[in-house]
Amino acid sequence: MHLSFASQIINLLAAILLLLSFAMLTQRRILSLINLFALQGFTLTLSTLVVAWSTGQHHLYYSAALTFALKVLVLPWVLHRLIRKLNVKWDVETLINIPTTMLVGIVLVILAFNVALPISQLAGTITKSTLGIALACVLLAFLTMITRSKAVPQVIGFLAMENGLFFAATSATYGMPMVVEFGIALDVMVGMVILGVFFFQIRERFDSLDIRHLEKLKEE
Amino acid sequence: MNWQLYLVLGTPLAGGILLALWGHKTWAAGLNIAISIATFLAAAALTANIISEGPIITANEQFFVDSLNVFLVALTAFVSMTTSLFSRPYMRVELAHGKLSDNRLRLFHSMYQLFVFTMLMVLLTNNLGILWVALEAATLTTVLLVSLYRTPASLEAAWKYFILCGVGIAQALFGTILLYSAAEKVLGSGGRALLWTHLDTVTGSLEPTVMSLAFVFLLVGYGTKVGLVPLHNWLPDAHAEGPTPVSAVLSGLLLNVALYALLRCKVLVDGALGVPFASHLMMGFGLLSVVVAAFFLSRQKDIKRMFAYSSVEHMGLITFAFGMGGPVANFAGLLHMTLHSLTKSAIFFAVGHAAQKAGTQIMDDIRGLMKVSPTVGWGLMLGSVAILGLPPFGVFASEFLILTTAMRLQPWATPLLLIALGVAFAAVFSKVQPMVFGETNAKRLPHPPALIPVFAHLAIVFAFGFYIPPYLVDWYHEAAKLIG
Repeated sequence: MHLSFASQIINLLAAILLLLSFAMLTQRRILSLINLFALQGFTLTLSTLVVAWSTGQHHLYYSAALTFALKVLVLPWVLHRLIRKLNVKWDVETLINIPTTMLVGIVLVILAFNVALPISQLAGTITKSTLGIALACVLLAFLTMITRSKAVPQVIGFLAMENGLFFAATSATYGMPMVVEFGIALDVMVGMVILGVFFFQIRERFDSLDIRHLEKLKEE
Repeated sequence: MNWQLYLVLGTPLAGGILLALWGHKTWAAGLNIAISIATFLAAAALTANIISEGPIITANEQFFVDSLNVFLVALTAFVSMTTSLFSRPYMRVELAHGKLSDNRLRLFHSMYQLFVFTMLMVLLTNNLGILWVALEAATLTTVLLVSLYRTPASLEAAWKYFILCGVGIAQALFGTILLYSAAEKVLGSGGRALLWTHLDTVTGSLEPTVMSLAFVFLLVGYGTKVGLVPLHNWLPDAHAEGPTPVSAVLSGLLLNVALYALLRCKVLVDGALGVPFASHLMMGFGLLSVVVAAFFLSRQKDIKRMFAYSSVEHMGLITFAFGMGGPVANFAGLLHMTLHSLTKSAIFFAVGHAAQKAGTQIMDDIRGLMKVSPTVGWGLMLGSVAILGLPPFGVFASEFLILTTAMRLQPWATPLLLIALGVAFAAVFSKVQPMVFGETNAKRLPHPPALIPVFAHLAIVFAFGFYIPPYLVDWYHEAAKLIG
């Protein structure tokens, strides 16, 4: 009973993650997008904690702590600072065709479940049923990136994709080895710093963070 | 004790940090060269050690060196050394032309060394997770190098590079997670299940469905970095807009390193599946890259873009060769990897100076290089002839081997390959010829160009066309066997 209760909680958290992914897909405000990202990180931390507690995998406590520090505290803080400094805090994006995007998103979710099905059946973890959701989160984050035309939301989409991958790692395998997780976290951090520098370069050159300025290089 | 291995990894890492901390000094370029030479010497010592004593596994099994990766380590260290030699005069000219500031030069030197470090890490690590981390780090270090000039076009190229490779490599992470989930059942959870040497011993018992799905994700992910069509969009932009030394190492080294990552995964998937699923995928992507890139060559106006497409073409050819598999094709693939790396970086060195002399990268505006500087002109001409696979250069030998194996194993692909190579020849030769000969518009440079690296590379490629030393042949055979 104990295990099945834990797995129900995990399924609930997975469902929340999926909902958050959809919310991010349709969110126009940059500020709200960052908050949603932090909330996603928090849900991820909770689900990792539940998995760690119910299976007795001690290293997952560390990775939950790492997730909390990086994805709930550091990255949202850096993003908040960035949008304040870049003066895009109250930016609202005009997203075209939200219903169509949602429909494409639903198709992606179905696709993700079908792809993940054979693997879920083989995995021996209590979280195996959530692998489909994890893949769906990755694909939805990818869709978020494609549909955005501003640099900061694109990057948030990129980070959300990493969240989905992290969730996939906990659902398929109870997390990657610690050394790898540290490496990935380091890459994410360094990537964020480099992007921060990069945002200022783009802004300095184009007076805006609109990616549509960056569509000159094409094959004739 | 493997001090050579630690030296190979430690030298560029320490060098990168030192160059960043010290700030810009006039001797920074010299130090950059010195570090690269030290890395090369360490790599040479490591290679000698592996050849005489066989493969080593060290540092709690985290590092693994066999004849396959040590050959790439040696190649990476060599080309990064010659590129550092080339970049000193090249960057001085750029500085004199006002395209760069001292601070950007500091960024360049520091990131260059860190980039070399991440590539060596990819090659030497035994942990497939760390391999992913290092390859992602290689992208991160080069993003700011591509945008070094801060022109609108270079910022766009860097953004595209970051986003496309970032998304691509995220797919590879998902593939790695799947691989781990398959391996965990056999090897137990914990660090061991991602160690390649352990995985290699149990490939037969890895779950085939999971492994085949994992390979699809890994191919898309690492294939983006290799520049396989249709995932190649970042490559021409990044090559054309970044500084030329960066184009040289991207083409000559990074693409090889990404392909190496794919090869290591292919070995595991082949072992698990027992059917040539990975091979077919690699042949398909490889062939598509060769054909598409060949037809794009003739449409290029920018000289660096053209040679970037040529890199896509050659990486496709190598991927196709590894896809066919077997001792001969693998041998040819490895040989072609080496020769392409040397030739293409030599071409970029020559192209860099040619573009500086003409003041443009547009091919129609570069004319008569031979009149102003016979060495740059000959470097470009010979390099192009070599990369197009004309005898007596070594590329002819490796392409010939790939084609004859294709005739034997995959006869349907041979006409496609021949047509693509013919189209590429016509396109590149007709564009290079007027740039080298005829009336000139080029001017003198404030600093003498570095031509030793160009001719050193071309001399090696030339020599390989006639004679490959027997111990090198054994070495390639040894490495080819590891890919299966």
